[in-house]
Amino acid sequence: MKRWELYGLLISIFGFTLAALLPLVNTGYALSLGVTIAMYTVLSTSWALFSGPTHYISLATAAFFGLGMYAVGIGIELLSFPVLIGIAAIIGAVLAGFIGLATLRLSGVYFVIFTLGLAELIRQLVTWVQTTMGASSGLYVITDINEKIIYWQLLGLAAFVYLIGWWINRSRLGFALRIIGNDEDVAKHSGIPTATVKVLLFMVSGSIAAATGAIVAPRWTYIEPTLAFSPMLSFLVVIMALIGGSHRLWGPILGVIPFTLVWDLITAKFPNQTALMLGIAFLLVVYAIQRGFAGLGEKYWGKFKFWRDFNA
Amino acid sequence: MPEAVALSIDQVTKKFGGLVAVDKMSFQLKEHEVLGLIGPNGSGKTTMLNLVSGMLRLTSGRIELLGKNITGRSASGINRRGLSRTFQLVRMLPSMTVAENVAAGGVFGFRRYWNEELERRVNYMLSHVGLGDKAMMPAATLTYIDQKRVELARALMSDPKVLLLDEWLAGLNPTEMKIGINLVSGLRFEGRTIVVVEHHMGAIRSLCDRCIAMNSGAKIAEGKPSDVLSDPEVIRAYLGEDDA
Repeated sequence: MKRWELYGLLISIFGFTLAALLPLVNTGYALSLGVTIAMYTVLSTSWALFSGPTHYISLATAAFFGLGMYAVGIGIELLSFPVLIGIAAIIGAVLAGFIGLATLRLSGVYFVIFTLGLAELIRQLVTWVQTTMGASSGLYVITDINEKIIYWQLLGLAAFVYLIGWWINRSRLGFALRIIGNDEDVAKHSGIPTATVKVLLFMVSGSIAAATGAIVAPRWTYIEPTLAFSPMLSFLVVIMALIGGSHRLWGPILGVIPFTLVWDLITAKFPNQTALMLGIAFLLVVYAIQRGFAGLGEKYWGKFKFWRDFNA
Repeated sequence: MPEAVALSIDQVTKKFGGLVAVDKMSFQLKEHEVLGLIGPNGSGKTTMLNLVSGMLRLTSGRIELLGKNITGRSASGINRRGLSRTFQLVRMLPSMTVAENVAAGGVFGFRRYWNEELERRVNYMLSHVGLGDKAMMPAATLTYIDQKRVELARALMSDPKVLLLDEWLAGLNPTEMKIGINLVSGLRFEGRTIVVVEHHMGAIRSLCDRCIAMNSGAKIAEGKPSDVLSDPEVIRAYLGEDDA
């Protein structure tokens, strides 16, 4: 293990330990905010596992997340909660596999539009099924799982995502993804089965998003399609990952924490201005920080290193 | 003992709608042979290479690599069976270093390297093409000839059985051209099996054992470079009916 990897590991362990102590200190507003931050950390980081290196912008997060929620909503009376999280993860992986096989030969804007359309299609389909076959438009999720447990579960899932990300970055799979992101034709002519690699990573990302939905389901007590499959969720995940920097494993969290805090403030004080904030955030990414806070930090760290070497 | 056939092209045709880009092309490439593919712009040379490397699908015909049918195989599958290529317009992986660009060719292809083995192989290939001191530079900052060297090193990383060079010398100034010809000559003396698409006739003469001329997607001449280049039909194809 290289020295910087050891530092990264120590900082991560310290960060996770500190974060895990939050429910012991505060079970009110801070914990609620902690759950939201942990949820978006998992979603944005897992999104960036696939979209970061390949530059395929997926807007299907809400589809996976919503299916995970519904897996819990439907099965909570029949199966144990951990089993339902596992089932949700499998459903997410299978759906991602199908989407991948159908669309990953597409690229650019076609892929973006397809994933957005698919999430909307699933939302409409679930709504139709519920309103024609069920008694109500939503499902109750009544459990004794409180916010404290949800928070710790999300934290555990976040640790799992970071471990997977760390392993991928060191593996041939991670190298293949970076080559695909640079030039897919070169990747193909270097022996990389590009479609398989992309589908595999998309399945990992989809599976984690679905598991997140399953973990979060008890928080909302009553779930319905407009909430579970909200396109806003997909956009928020993308914007947070991009603001933080999707080219680094630790990048998305740099976007998640400040964005969630500001978003929370805006929704409380100016509930009608949320779309405005989202627009400003997109403009910020496009015009000012294309590589996110992580890229910005690296740029200035590079300058600092040059200055330090120059004065040495 | 006659050399074995490395690449066999049999009645290969490629149509784009009504346009026949490659028309019933047939030829064979023996092991350790350097074959030149010449012809005026739009004659179908690059399309032919794209069909062989799997970048394009054939309309009809059959291609064999080392005796195995590769017709309809994906580009990645063909690469793993021992065929590498360079591109007409040089293609760097811009966010990666020179070493990473070269390494990309040796992790998933015909021969695969990883960790220390990969590092050793990359260092060897970089010094082989004269880039030993530029390993950690961002690839996008290299000069044109150096980018060409990177692409060649990447193609050679997996020690391919057949190498396709698509106008590898194009766009080089006279000094760079000499360096480029020396590099490809070096590959010839190593005994590599190569198909060279080139417009530079001096390079074709000095590098190739045999040469095929194409025009309008079809083969119009085949033989020793000096014979093909003096063939009246080849001269007509390049210069036009009136000037030939």
